[in-house]
Amino acid sequence: MVITLGFEGSANKLGIGILQNDKVLSNCRRTYVTPPGEGFLPRETARHHQNNIVDLLQESLSKANVKPHEIDVICYTKGPGMGGPLVAVALVARTVAQLWNKPLIPVNHCIGHIEMGRLVTGCENPTVLYVSGGNTQIIAYSNKKYRIFGETIDIAVGNCLDRFARVLKLSNDPSPGYNIEQLAKQGKKLLPLPYVVKGMDVSFSGILTFIEEKAEKYLKSGEYTEADLCFSLQETIFAMLVETTERAMAHCGSNEVLIVGGVGCNERLQSMMHTMCVERGAVLYATDERYCIDNGVMIAHAGALMFKSGFHGKWEDTFCTQRFRTDDVVVTWRD
Amino acid sequence: MDVDAEPKPDPLIKQGAEGRVYRIQFLGKDAVLKERFVKTYRHPELDARLTKERIRAEAKSIVRCKNAGICTPAVYSVDFSTNRIIMEYISNSETVSDYIYKLSDMSNEKHTEELKNVSAEMGRVIGKMHHNNIIHGDLTTSNILVQHIDNCWKLFLIDFGLSYTKSSDEDKAVDLYVLERALLSKHSDVSWFFDNFLTHYAGFNKSTERVVKKLSEVRSRGRKRTMVG
Repeated sequence: MVITLGFEGSANKLGIGILQNDKVLSNCRRTYVTPPGEGFLPRETARHHQNNIVDLLQESLSKANVKPHEIDVICYTKGPGMGGPLVAVALVARTVAQLWNKPLIPVNHCIGHIEMGRLVTGCENPTVLYVSGGNTQIIAYSNKKYRIFGETIDIAVGNCLDRFARVLKLSNDPSPGYNIEQLAKQGKKLLPLPYVVKGMDVSFSGILTFIEEKAEKYLKSGEYTEADLCFSLQETIFAMLVETTERAMAHCGSNEVLIVGGVGCNERLQSMMHTMCVERGAVLYATDERYCIDNGVMIAHAGALMFKSGFHGKWEDTFCTQRFRTDDVVVTWRD
Repeated sequence: MDVDAEPKPDPLIKQGAEGRVYRIQFLGKDAVLKERFVKTYRHPELDARLTKERIRAEAKSIVRCKNAGICTPAVYSVDFSTNRIIMEYISNSETVSDYIYKLSDMSNEKHTEELKNVSAEMGRVIGKMHHNNIIHGDLTTSNILVQHIDNCWKLFLIDFGLSYTKSSDEDKAVDLYVLERALLSKHSDVSWFFDNFLTHYAGFNKSTERVVKKLSEVRSRGRKRTMVG
């Protein structure tokens, strides 16, 4: 019986989770929400994490009804993510690991998402679409690595949505993407936007520039409403993601899709992916906001897999890095 | 264009992510019919636009390739109302992907030599295509056919749905990057294949030599690559 404590804080979500084997004992989260029209900056986000992390740790321990001495292993996000917030959280993880004399495991954030998705949905060997504010990747497992078949060549899909939400001054509570999704439900008229797919890679920065530049004109003239623009943006960029995912499936001969990451909560994306899957006789696996959005449990789970497969890291290696690719990790826990 | 009677889509050759390819007879010739499906997950307007764009791109680039002396199947008929395109059937052919698998399975010197020739010829053909400012958009070993005639073979480029015309080195380099990644994920056992391809691609002329230099820039751009130096 292994009890794992996981710390996550690579972006604006601070998450602490406790797992007992595959059972979630607690999954606590605090989100740094900025005013409408503003994004979150590394320094302020790090401060948010610093101000909340001790309370959150106590909350998660008491919810899980676990005493520090009962914990077997501590895990934290090594990267990728924003430098300041990563360091703020790693500092606390390192401190409690020393205080309680527990092994400390550095976890790749993307691997955390994938493994949590596999645990929650029970899928075997899916083609993974990982979509969030900082990442957009199409991933498949082969030969001890999660290999990236396609990815964004510029900004992440969530970043594209978030930045458009800022143009419209939508609220960042609970998340800009959620508010775009709600508004898009009333959209009817499709604005033709650039559609940028290069092989299995996608690009969003041109689309964002295009819609940012045209938004004011269209809104003023009444040609398109805010809802129409949100709708058009979603329809276009999600179609790009579904298309490239389908191409990766055809390439690998896969019949399972798993969507993970914050944008994975979006029900329109899920429904488009579902339609594609039904058409090709495949199965879609998706999770809800508890596990799609960054959380501590996923870090605990991925770390536990590393721990159980015999991971032994040096203390000097428990640092953070903003650049840490999914395909840099050797997957020791899968065949 | 009206295709007399509904062509009988009997033998299905390939079922891809984008459409189906059938073997048919067209005006007494062996032909293939490529039909793009309606993607119901996409907004109908977006789907119609993309399908039309891709059929048009395919027909246009094939004609451009033909003019440049690059082997592609000839286009017989294009029908936007049914999203169908009818093309020449390339007899005695297989994809380069299958051919690589076959050759690398029975690896002996003769087969390795043959693989080298294939990658070199790919370099020359794609060099020529880029020299003519045609960007393929989805270069993989599944999108190149090898036609065997007696003891010789010829390469045919197919699947131009994502293609376009552009003279910039950037677009050509991204085209090569797509091919490199496809080779890595599918044929990692013949890792020298792409290098040999690149040597012959660069050797095509000055313009392709420049593209190869640009490629190293494109490679380093993938997100969150570890920075060295």
